Amino acid sequence: MTSQLSRSNAREWLLDLLLPASVFLGSLLLWEAIVRVFAIPPYVLPAPSLILTTLIADWPLLFASLLVTLRITFEALALAVAGGVGLAILLAQSRAVERAFLPFAIILQVTPIIAIAPLLLIYLESSTAVLVCAFLVAFFPILSNTALGLASTDHNLVDLFDLYRASRWRRLVLLRLPSALPYFLGGLRIGGGLALIGAIVAELAAGAAGQGTGLAFRITEAGYRLNIPRIFAALALISFTGLLIYGALALISRLVLRHWHDSARSRQM
Amino acid sequence: MLRLSGLAKTFPGGTIAVTGVDLEVRGSEFLTLLGPSGCGKSTILRLIAGLAAPSEGEIIWSDGVRPKIGFVFQEPTLMPWANVFANVYLPLRLAGLSRREAAPRIGAMLSRVGLGGFENAYPRELSGGMRMRVSLARALVADPPLLLLDEPFAALDEITRFALNDDLLVLQRELKTTIVFVTHSVFESVYLSQRVAIMSPRPGRIVGEIAIYSLEPRSADFRVSAPFADQAKQVSAALRDAMAVGYVP
Ligand SMILES: Nc1ncnc2c1ncn2[C@@H]1O[C@H](COP(=O)(O)OP(=O)(O)OP(=O)(O)O)[C@@H](O)[C@H]1O
Ligand SMILES: [Mg+2]
Repeated sequence: MTSQLSRSNAREWLLDLLLPASVFLGSLLLWEAIVRVFAIPPYVLPAPSLILTTLIADWPLLFASLLVTLRITFEALALAVAGGVGLAILLAQSRAVERAFLPFAIILQVTPIIAIAPLLLIYLESSTAVLVCAFLVAFFPILSNTALGLASTDHNLVDLFDLYRASRWRRLVLLRLPSALPYFLGGLRIGGGLALIGAIVAELAAGAAGQGTGLAFRITEAGYRLNIPRIFAALALISFTGLLIYGALALISRLVLRHWHDSARSRQM
Repeated sequence: MLRLSGLAKTFPGGTIAVTGVDLEVRGSEFLTLLGPSGCGKSTILRLIAGLAAPSEGEIIWSDGVRPKIGFVFQEPTLMPWANVFANVYLPLRLAGLSRREAAPRIGAMLSRVGLGGFENAYPRELSGGMRMRVSLARALVADPPLLLLDEPFAALDEITRFALNDDLLVLQRELKTTIVFVTHSVFESVYLSQRVAIMSPRPGRIVGEIAIYSLEPRSADFRVSAPFADQAKQVSAALRDAMAVGYVP
């Protein structure tokens, strides 16, 4: 019975992995075939094989740029976590504070950051501007999710803490923060992806003016030189990085929540 | 232990939950509040626990102050991120005891409720009945003289509920805890209590008190005995009368 169950689980898992992988590989092969059959020139559409060789040939350059982009992404994410969680805790302290500040947060959130980027680039040095952009986009999902989490504490548990006359601090540390953890981790997953997007977008905006060296700058640069294979190689690297960030954050949240939250449960019959 | 005198609670929306509640709770007794849904049973427990303030009337404590109180909610209300040990440790932790000081008491209390060895389990690994036992252990671990239970077993299946009823009786006789128990099951109220206070529909008030007699210790035999059936009939009739009170405008 159990072995049957685990076998069917293993099959599910294999399907989850194998099916998308084969579709992906299939489409790459199709792409390769189309480029070859119709003899499409590489400056229009490079074949996957050419993208791969470009990736290998340009690796030192691209990898150095990847590190720049990654550093910005993670710095922005770290700042966003500190700022988002900090502000959420502050907002949770009193209704008045929340009322006073939340509208500003929402206004900033609904303003597309790309529109702020040129302004930031005027006021700030370009590397700082890029960091601020990435921070801003990652900040709000973390803030709003954490704030929601802090507000959705089980009210019976709140009663229990009232009954034992728990201090404000104890209540925060023992009850509200742990309650908010799953929400925070959800925000972190979104924020991680957005930090990368924010960094790339800001670099693109800075590209013309700045002397950036991140991946987005390589894309702009390769665009000027009509080095289309390198654009694709850089794109592939960005996607892969995004996937890795998402995967890493998903793994973290799974590990942290494995004992208690439904979202961390493996799919069971 | 305590006396409720002319207690009333009106909520901000204008809902009168309970009004003119007079009730005495005696030391070491097992008292049940029995009444229809929405009649204000939970409200009375919350008033006693100090989780809400009365709009009128007062609570008079025989010792002059509200003692330590244990509370069990309808749901187990455990912290899902904490294991059984940490959940039961909570009241002691909030009272300033270190983990080391608290450990023997927690271990003893968990054995008492039949969960010895489950210290490291997480709530979601436990059955509904076991979670309720953890909740009971948490309520009792700080040795409160007064225990309030708000329909604690309503969500459990009958077999589990009977087992927990028996265990609760044993615990209460051992610890001499005063218990105010809320239920809307006539049978549960008769099986457990020494006294049943019957409430009218909202706005709730106490419309009758019935003493329950049985040979001690109570056991499954009591549940199928003639005295049990007679007293259940009597309580049912009283509850029916109480319901009728509600229909008078
Ligand atoms: N915080 C609140 N604000 C407004 N009305 C409330 C509040 N809490 C309870 N009430 C109302 O007071 C009445 C009594 O509620 P209470 O929860 O005490 O009833 P109960 O007897 O415990 O019901 P049940 O058996 O369904 O648990 C209900 O009509 C309820 O709607
Ligand atoms: Mg209730």
